[in-house]
Amino acid sequence: MTPKRKRLWLVVGSLAVLGFAATLVLTALNDNIVFFYSPTQIAEKQIPPERRFRMGGLVEAGSVKKSADGQVTSFRVTDTHKTVDVVYRGLLPDLFREGQGVVAEGSLGADGVFVAREVLAKHDENYMPPEVAKAIKEAGQWKEGK
Amino acid sequence: MVAELGHFSLILALAVALVQGTLPLVGASRGDIRLMDLGRTAALTQALLVIVAFAALTQAYVASDFSVANVVANSHSAKPLLYKISGVWGNHEGSMLLWALILALFGAAVAVFGAGLPDSLRARVLAIQALIGVGFLAFLLFTSNPFERVWPPPADGNGLNPLLQDPGLAFHPPLLYLGYVGFSVTYAFAIAALLEGRVDAAWARWVRPWTLAAWCFLTLGIALGSWWAYYILGWGGFWFWDPVENASLMPWLAGTALLHSAIVVEKRDALKSWTVLLAILAFSLSLLGTFLVRSGVLTSVHAFAQDPARGMYILGFLLFVTGGGLALYAWRAPQLQGGGLFQPLSREGALILNNLLLCTLAATVLLGTLYPLFLDLLTGNKVSVGPPFFNATFVPICAPLFAALCVGPYLGWKRAEIWPALRHLRVAFVVAVIAAIVAATAIDGRSTLAALAFGFGVWLIVGSLGEFAQRLVRTGYKLPPRASLGMTIAHAAMGVVVLGAVGTGAWNSELIRTMKPGDRASFAGFDFKLDRVENLQGPNYVAERATLAVSVAGKPYTILSPERRVFTVQRRQVAETAIHTNLLRDLYATLGEGEAANGWVIRLYYNPLAPWIWLGAALAALGGFVSLSDRRLRIGAPRGSKKAGRPMAQAAE
Repeated sequence: MTPKRKRLWLVVGSLAVLGFAATLVLTALNDNIVFFYSPTQIAEKQIPPERRFRMGGLVEAGSVKKSADGQVTSFRVTDTHKTVDVVYRGLLPDLFREGQGVVAEGSLGADGVFVAREVLAKHDENYMPPEVAKAIKEAGQWKEGK
Repeated sequence: MVAELGHFSLILALAVALVQGTLPLVGASRGDIRLMDLGRTAALTQALLVIVAFAALTQAYVASDFSVANVVANSHSAKPLLYKISGVWGNHEGSMLLWALILALFGAAVAVFGAGLPDSLRARVLAIQALIGVGFLAFLLFTSNPFERVWPPPADGNGLNPLLQDPGLAFHPPLLYLGYVGFSVTYAFAIAALLEGRVDAAWARWVRPWTLAAWCFLTLGIALGSWWAYYILGWGGFWFWDPVENASLMPWLAGTALLHSAIVVEKRDALKSWTVLLAILAFSLSLLGTFLVRSGVLTSVHAFAQDPARGMYILGFLLFVTGGGLALYAWRAPQLQGGGLFQPLSREGALILNNLLLCTLAATVLLGTLYPLFLDLLTGNKVSVGPPFFNATFVPICAPLFAALCVGPYLGWKRAEIWPALRHLRVAFVVAVIAAIVAATAIDGRSTLAALAFGFGVWLIVGSLGEFAQRLVRTGYKLPPRASLGMTIAHAAMGVVVLGAVGTGAWNSELIRTMKPGDRASFAGFDFKLDRVENLQGPNYVAERATLAVSVAGKPYTILSPERRVFTVQRRQVAETAIHTNLLRDLYATLGEGEAANGWVIRLYYNPLAPWIWLGAALAALGGFVSLSDRRLRIGAPRGSKKAGRPMAQAAE
């Protein structure tokens, strides 16, 4: 086999693998990206029920309630402008607390309550998820140095 | 006083690194042997100075010197000694100092064990290593000084993040950094080779052990991090496709590719410029990982509080290292003459396929990780790319990789026949198909994909061990060279990891129950009874501990004691899971919140084959170390026999 044909082989092979990967990536991106909305955006946009997305803000002080069996937690998430009711079934991460930033993934129920399937934990209590910081900034309530 | 000593040593180390990064380069281009030799002395001096700085910070932590701001922010006098020490690198400044320390130690290791290297190559490698060191030392001194004082000193510190107070995580950063920073040596070798304009088999024999060592440590570091996430985060999962996890996976994938392509350079004198490119990319991805973790540009379950200025610095440094490396590559790589010719169907061809697939995997992970960032910059939309994306892209590309993995070792160099190779593998193929069918029918009929993946896992193990057995028979039961023994172990270990991932990911079961003392629950063939929940006092926390008696068919089996700890200094809760393992499955229990009146929320998991994930990773690293001990890797390096163990062992302490 001549070097020229060898190179052709290599190029064809690489293009085939990359094409395969690109197809996978594009279809997967189409189906699987999850948008982030702040409580204000949720109020403005008509997000269809059952559509999976992320939302985040601060857990409103005094809003956390547990069901009788302790497995379902309901709380309100606020960006200081609008609030959204959230329910979550399961164990909350260790750093979940009132007044702290939180990011939850799930979908809206027909009654407008956000059903969280996942509540994200943080390593660090001073950490503010960038989306949450941006949402609060846009609602005009951000204090630097928080 | 000690803190100032550390600070001054760090400044001196920067000065020495500047000398080490410039004069040997001048010496190498002029052929001045004295300037070249300066590199070795400087590398040892620099390492000594950074060791002093690191020791000074450790002393401040161990002695709880609360006049040092870093100690105040991350330590507490009531903390156990292990976490006082691990607290040194459990924060931004300290972990960057650890990075600089490992970098300097690797530089010293090249100086000590590189006696057999050509003078100019060694001088250039040490100089590049020092220039990377300059970047990190300047970063430490100008943006993240760990020795800053506070006055007046507070009575006590804020304590270390409770999640990090865990033996698994105490050693996770050093191992991970040994891997990340290990690739700096291969990067330095690649740049030096470009400057020299020469890449040959001897060069590859030098690069391979360093790559292999870095790869082994990175494997262990990733495994330890994943194990930690498994038992401390209490979700029962082991891999979350989180940006921070991806950040360590990308250099691992590129490093794995580099490991394989370096073999082709060594054995066949081909793929030279590709190998040099991979070496540049592997280290760039390590730096990118550091940038992602330290800058906080991506929302991550592991995110730490961040400082954008530091992120910008690392980003700038990353662009310099990658951009500079690639520019030099574009300029000089065409001079690297390709060597041996080969057919597409050959060992070389198989290794190219391996590289192609591994790099594609790294590229998909990179794309998925950075896509939210790009979209945010371009459109302002906040999105996240989660596990479904990675499962849909990563897994299908793994399939051809795993399928080809067993075939490769049967192919000869230069040209090979496919059918004899496949004939050797027919037993493995039949066994794998049977395993997949058994998995689909007997264990779990819900997921065909899981059964298929299970079959692939079995294929990897049986195929690799089969090749080993056939080689033994062929050579009259003489043990093959250690490099090939290591290959067999590492390849089979991949199969073990796959089986563990399938078992835990697809066949696990879960039960959440609110229980009062005396309540019973049946789950996965076990009976659980909550005996009691009691309060206890730890060194720096108070805890609730549940005692769950587990029995099988009426006979006592084991006792699980999950805890819920509240760290008094930070007022933070951490769940301590209880895991019972028999190496085939894990029984996993976590204790949630609750009180005597309503009961406690208890979460139980049954995770088949879960221990195999970490067992497999440890095996893979073992394979790497076995391969590293091969005599052939030390040709041209007569004193290199200690290379594998000593310098890294020191750094790991």
